[in-house]
Amino acid sequence: MRNLLPILTVLVVLVGLWWAAVAPMNIRPALDTAERAGAQVIPEGSVPRRDISVWRLMRDNRDHVALGYDLKRPRLPTPTQVGQELWKTTGAMVMKGRTWSKRSLIYHSWITLRSTLWGFALGTTLGILGAVAIVYSRVADMSLMPWAIISQTIPIVALAPMIIVVSNQVGIEGRGVPKAIISAYLCYFPVLVSMVKGLRSPSASQLDLLKTYNASGRQSFWVLRLPASVPYLFAAIKIGIAAALVGTIVGELPTGAISGLGARILIGDQFGTPLAIWSALFAAAILAGALVTVTDGVQRLTLKRMGFRA
Amino acid sequence: MTAETVISAKNLSLTFQTNDGPVHALSDVSLDIEKGDFVSFIGPSGCGKTTFLRVMADLEQPTAGEITVNCTSAREARLNRAYGYVFQAAGLYPWRTIGGNIRLPLEIMGYSKAEQSERVARVLELVDLPGFEKKFPWQLSGGMQQRASIARALVFDADILLMDEPFGALDEIVRDHLNEQLLALWAKTNKTVGFVTHSIPEAVFLSTKIVVMSPRPGRVTDVIESPLPKERPLEIRDTPEFLDIAQRVREGLRAGHSYD
Repeated sequence: MRNLLPILTVLVVLVGLWWAAVAPMNIRPALDTAERAGAQVIPEGSVPRRDISVWRLMRDNRDHVALGYDLKRPRLPTPTQVGQELWKTTGAMVMKGRTWSKRSLIYHSWITLRSTLWGFALGTTLGILGAVAIVYSRVADMSLMPWAIISQTIPIVALAPMIIVVSNQVGIEGRGVPKAIISAYLCYFPVLVSMVKGLRSPSASQLDLLKTYNASGRQSFWVLRLPASVPYLFAAIKIGIAAALVGTIVGELPTGAISGLGARILIGDQFGTPLAIWSALFAAAILAGALVTVTDGVQRLTLKRMGFRA
Repeated sequence: MTAETVISAKNLSLTFQTNDGPVHALSDVSLDIEKGDFVSFIGPSGCGKTTFLRVMADLEQPTAGEITVNCTSAREARLNRAYGYVFQAAGLYPWRTIGGNIRLPLEIMGYSKAEQSERVARVLELVDLPGFEKKFPWQLSGGMQQRASIARALVFDADILLMDEPFGALDEIVRDHLNEQLLALWAKTNKTVGFVTHSIPEAVFLSTKIVVMSPRPGRVTDVIESPLPKERPLEIRDTPEFLDIAQRVREGLRAGHSYD
């Protein structure tokens, strides 16, 4: 309850700002609609209105401001409209038994989630293996690390179409694998950096202790370095899972995909249906929130069982 | 060197190469430690007492001279797990319970599960920590953690116990208590102990032999054989014999301070 109150306060403020922004954002299409319906609008004609600021339009046409909150194709939909659209494409679809219809956001979220989880698994595995290589081999440390850093300076939007083309060229059908690769590309890096730090976190005396037991390198990895890196791993995983989701959505944007939340956003943009964009955006945000919450729960449980004081 | 000599150092020198030039941590140090001895190394910081202990444990390599542990090289002794080492910080793994921490060397050395449990229970009794097996380190006080780390060094029955300022971070009262317990433990197990400290009363109270060291370069200035009996209640610290030895240690330390 004590955690909820500040979150809700911020939420209320955000929704309030959003609500207030709808009026200036939608005043032009609202006046166009009113004019078409035969109402008196100052000034007349949408072309002369183009040069007049939204604030003056709102002042001169007070009666029509409310119309902006009820447009079919708003520039900025109201929170209620987005909520209704979200319900129409999720809950209502489920109730009609059409959960997996191509119009259902649950279907598209699932497509995105699946690629995200594959990408996350791939990226985390690569990150951990890379970190082990870097910690145990000087050669890997000097050769891998700079490239890992450089890899993150290339914009993923530029890389995504290339990954699709190349994976198509080597005979991989569908978008699932390339999307997972793009997502892994974004999420391996935080895992790699954190795990290098985590695997190097044992102190000199902790390592000396194992030396006095004549422990092998393999033994010191399993009993000391790996468990010591677990808190670092979880910190990275929380960033990684969110990055993986962003990667998947980006992978769906410029690649001609027709399913997935990223594709919904692009299609909504191309067909001029902002409601579809906004509901897909919210579905993505909810998905990200759920993924981070789940990893957070797993982190708490694991660290508590391992005896770390959270 | 007699048949009972456990650790023998001959003309040992160790020079660290640092960016500020060479540091002579040990210079021409010779010492014999007999079986069952309790040997304290005392001196100001930088006198090489910890380095000396680490050389015995094969955690540092001497640049000159010779050291044998159990009549073998220090390296061979380490590979044979001839000693238990207690660090200044307890260094218990936070993700393991007290029992799990003490079991660690046994797991690495490949003892059977049954033997592990039996030994852990035995050393927990020995350091007076029964019932704490399932607790995590953060649930214990600093003194208890250090006792657990001593138990960890005892659990695989090495004949030699090397301790590097194990009670340095603890307060005086806890320290007195642990000193008494350590003496009792030493009497019970008959181990050879190497003990680094910078406390004169602690060194005199515990040891059969006190090695006084001085810095720059690290060398031995005095070796004092203690005439005190093996049975030592805390009150022995007020006897004239005790104060005499303490005085001699103090003089040895002062003689070493030639640089000021």
